[in-house]
Amino acid sequence: MKTIFDKKHISRTTTYLLVIVAYIVLTILQKTGNLGSLFSGLLVPVCCFIVAGIGLNLNVGISGELNLGQAGFMSVGGFTGVIVSGALSTMIPNGIIRLIIVIICGAIVAGIFGYLIGIPVLKLQGDYLAIVTLAFGQIIMSLINNLYIGIDKNGFQVSFINNTLELGEGGRVLLSGPMGANGIDRIATFTAGIILVLVALAIVYNLMYSRNGRAIMATRDNRIAAESIGIHVANTKMLAFVTSASLAGAAGALYGMNFSTLMPLNFDFNSSILILVYVVLGGLGNMKGTIISTAILMVLPELLRSLQNYRMIIYAIILILIMLVSNNATAKEKISGLFKFLKKNKAEGVEANE
Amino acid sequence: MSENNKAPILEVRDLGIDFGGLTAVNDLNLTVYPEEIVGLIGPNGAGKTTVFNLLTKVYQPTRGTIKLCGEDIGKMTTIDVSKAGIARTFQNIRLFMNMSVLDNVLCGMHNETKYSPFTGILRLPKYYSQEKMIEERAIQLLDIMDLKDDMDLMAGNLPYGAQRRLEIARALATSPKLLLLDEPAAGMNPQETEELMNTIRFVRDHFKIAILLIEHDMKLVMGICEKITVLNFGMMLAQGTPDEIQANPEVVKAYLGE
Repeated sequence: MKTIFDKKHISRTTTYLLVIVAYIVLTILQKTGNLGSLFSGLLVPVCCFIVAGIGLNLNVGISGELNLGQAGFMSVGGFTGVIVSGALSTMIPNGIIRLIIVIICGAIVAGIFGYLIGIPVLKLQGDYLAIVTLAFGQIIMSLINNLYIGIDKNGFQVSFINNTLELGEGGRVLLSGPMGANGIDRIATFTAGIILVLVALAIVYNLMYSRNGRAIMATRDNRIAAESIGIHVANTKMLAFVTSASLAGAAGALYGMNFSTLMPLNFDFNSSILILVYVVLGGLGNMKGTIISTAILMVLPELLRSLQNYRMIIYAIILILIMLVSNNATAKEKISGLFKFLKKNKAEGVEANE
Repeated sequence: MSENNKAPILEVRDLGIDFGGLTAVNDLNLTVYPEEIVGLIGPNGAGKTTVFNLLTKVYQPTRGTIKLCGEDIGKMTTIDVSKAGIARTFQNIRLFMNMSVLDNVLCGMHNETKYSPFTGILRLPKYYSQEKMIEERAIQLLDIMDLKDDMDLMAGNLPYGAQRRLEIARALATSPKLLLLDEPAAGMNPQETEELMNTIRFVRDHFKIAILLIEHDMKLVMGICEKITVLNFGMMLAQGTPDEIQANPEVVKAYLGE
């Protein structure tokens, strides 16, 4: 117990506690019926985007490489998950076991894609990874938009042309192009989401505070010095990138299992940028910040729904304000000065009353 | 002299590199024996740092051979050279500025720890035993370099002199046989330079390593180097003991002109 509360670990410990406390509070609210259906519906997606955000933060904040295709990896994980779940639905009726298999498959396939993209790109210096991942997100979306997959007794059938699947008796269509996957068995739960968040946190934190994590940060801070002490720069960046992609894949797989319909458009370029916004707003390299900012920024549009057409304007203004306050020393001073002023007035008021 | 009885640590023969049509270093011969402090001096642009970059394989030499303890390192990569036993510091400080002082030194022990990323993520017993081992050694190193009290600070927040010392500590963390110091006293005041000289001598005696250093501060060079090589326009101008170098008219001419 002593070690988890010392100075080095306290930030990590509070992050885990934050997630667990949030889980307990939200579960109680949900069970007692105090959580509206709107927020109940957001629980799992928020968990998914937190996991993808933690992964992206490893890549952008810790490893220092910009990635604009995190939603692409979520897409890979999501549709892998849908196909795996569809194929296994009769074999493994138990939802929990199937969900675990689905998430692991999503993570592995997304990791493989990450590895393949990383081979040519991560040897280069500069913003090439951003460009390539941006393209990857678009390519994956187009690819899945034109992908038709069905299953029957003879196994999988894959086609890139509409309605050419010749499924035998008892065959089912798993994926139908732009319509995506329909009739998904909704096996995702909030508990599973929170567990995934905790696992993602453990993976990233444990990686950060190990030999490989130090190498990742050293490479970010100074590539030449890192090589001079014997750190293999390309392999190190690859480790961070593949881990990040795998976490996005796992998040996507869980996301897919939460809705009865999953479309390729769910993971477009905007989603990638949104995840990046969550990460940047939460603070680069700060996992707790990612969790908090993801939760706030995903709930905010729903809270602002009553403002109708103005809500995106308000959303943008709030976003800009938070950025200013959290990153600008002058703005910070002014705001804290304002709080002090209010406090002082209040205190004086109390004294006067006495 | 006793050095003749020992096999040399570093043996450079006819080393040269061309950048396009420009010959930056040519026909360099350099021998460093164990536990020896050798100075590499010369006017600005003489190619001193290029020699360091050749030794650590940041540049691939066009001609010549480099042998470390008799082993040819001419075809190795920077990473393999580090593993083979050459560590260096940089003229313009290259620390991991956003990492703690302790982590900077732990990074230097990257290749001493051998556990895989999975061991790290799953926190297997091997992780704890190896981390404990290198952390103890890192704290010892920081103690020697007088940085132990600052080990939780960010490297970027250290004062200039301490950053130079931390760079040496990080280089020593790789357990080198040969340490290359690129202008270790640059930007230091006379008192700091004096302390640095003592530190360099102590490092040599304590770790039993050879040191090759580039320096413009002649007091430091003449004070601690047992042997000096003078470069001018990429060519070797003179080689000898500090007294010989100071008396050499060619060297005086290269520095002061005619």
